[in-house]
Amino acid sequence: MPKTILKVKNLNVKFGKEKVVRNLSLEVKRGEFLIILGPNGAGKSTLFKSILGLIPSEGQIIWSEKRFPKISYLPERLSQDTFRKLAITVKEFFRFKESSDEKIFSTLETVGLEPKKVLNKNPGNLSSGQFQRMLIAWSLISEPEILFFDEPATGIDIGGEETIYSLLEKFWKDKNLTILLITHDLNVIYKYATNVLCLSKKGICCFGPAKEILTPEVLEKVYGTEVKFYEHKH
Amino acid sequence: MYFQFSLSLISAIFIGGIAGYLGSLMITKRMGLVGGPLGHLALPGVALALVYHFNVFLGALLTIIIGGIFIWLLEIRTKASMEALTGLVFATGVSLGFLILPFSDEHQLEEALIGDITQISFGETVLAITLSVLIFLIIKTIYSKLLLAEISEDLAKTEGIQVEKYNFIYLACIAITVALTVKLVGGLLPVALMVIPALTAKNFSRSSFQYSFGSLGFGAISAASGIFLAKFLSLPAGLSIILLNALIFGISILTKKQ
Repeated sequence: MPKTILKVKNLNVKFGKEKVVRNLSLEVKRGEFLIILGPNGAGKSTLFKSILGLIPSEGQIIWSEKRFPKISYLPERLSQDTFRKLAITVKEFFRFKESSDEKIFSTLETVGLEPKKVLNKNPGNLSSGQFQRMLIAWSLISEPEILFFDEPATGIDIGGEETIYSLLEKFWKDKNLTILLITHDLNVIYKYATNVLCLSKKGICCFGPAKEILTPEVLEKVYGTEVKFYEHKH
Repeated sequence: MYFQFSLSLISAIFIGGIAGYLGSLMITKRMGLVGGPLGHLALPGVALALVYHFNVFLGALLTIIIGGIFIWLLEIRTKASMEALTGLVFATGVSLGFLILPFSDEHQLEEALIGDITQISFGETVLAITLSVLIFLIIKTIYSKLLLAEISEDLAKTEGIQVEKYNFIYLACIAITVALTVKLVGGLLPVALMVIPALTAKNFSRSSFQYSFGSLGFGAISAASGIFLAKFLSLPAGLSIILLNALIFGISILTKKQ
């Protein structure tokens, strides 16, 4: 029986007078690939930030291990534009987290990048696929136990058959990671998630395995409009 | 005479270098124009120092710190933009400075506005070197942390970086550095000494290392060249340094690879 790694109890977050997260309770098991789904303004990013202690909140956030687990976080809007305005190389970006050149090299290789080709470039000047791979490498280099990814670029084809998500899935399995990921991409959800959490402006609308939970009715409740989707059958 | 020249040269190199180094971080944090108003804030302090015959650097530092704290508090209270508040405070500072200055000796007006490094004493040189080295070591330690915070403050905080604490240290270093540059280029132009070498270095740099040390290098070189130029052409040192800075920047734009 997988152990619980994180429990959130009665989380409430206010911005000024507006309640952005209301009485949210959640339990995440170790090794889960939990996808959080919902429209803009539903409080998904706020949920992440309050769990990570980046914004003040009320309620309980309980890490169930004896010591605080190693966390990696990729916030939303971490764009190449941000890097382009700065004088910084991929190597220097990795040096924030890791001082061993060998480890930087090998981590870049595991995500399918050629270190010699990218290390001295500005991350803003990589292709969008390379940039996504680099971000995943950056989040994995510190050997985290739990990953928080806030809308990593959806639909970017990073080359061939692989997407960011198949890459992530590989690491998820190999390293027994716990992943919390915010996305709008329903295909991703069907393919990879162990559980889905639907968040609407009114709170949690659903929680459970994707195939059981994600009916058109539930999605309408989450997004407030009729959602049509077609499952590609390969 | 050579001794005095050496003192001017050495202090200029250290002050120019640290100003450029810190300037690279200021531009990274998009605070490039803060140096200007801060320099103007030094004016009342410099004026007071000249009138009451105490150290100009201390006078400058005093009013920069008071003015800086004032801006900080006003920002928390009013949530007005930093530019608006800085503008308000510096205008007040310049006016106050010019009110006090007439009570000092006449030739000291020039010192207040455009600096007078050629009169720097041995004690002041030692102070300038010590502070420059100290600030360099502090900024070198926090540079990468502030750079990560500029990429994403949330990311930096998750990595355990105490962003507010480092921002405070950084601002304190700016205040001290601006006070130092007042000796070199007066109260009107510290921004030039801090920002122009960094803008020059940016044209040649791909990495943060090249950028920060390039800025330090250009700052030190233009300061040293300015001192030589001033000596041989009998020009005010502060102005020579700034004009050289601008010239080097101009050359860098022309020679920059597209």
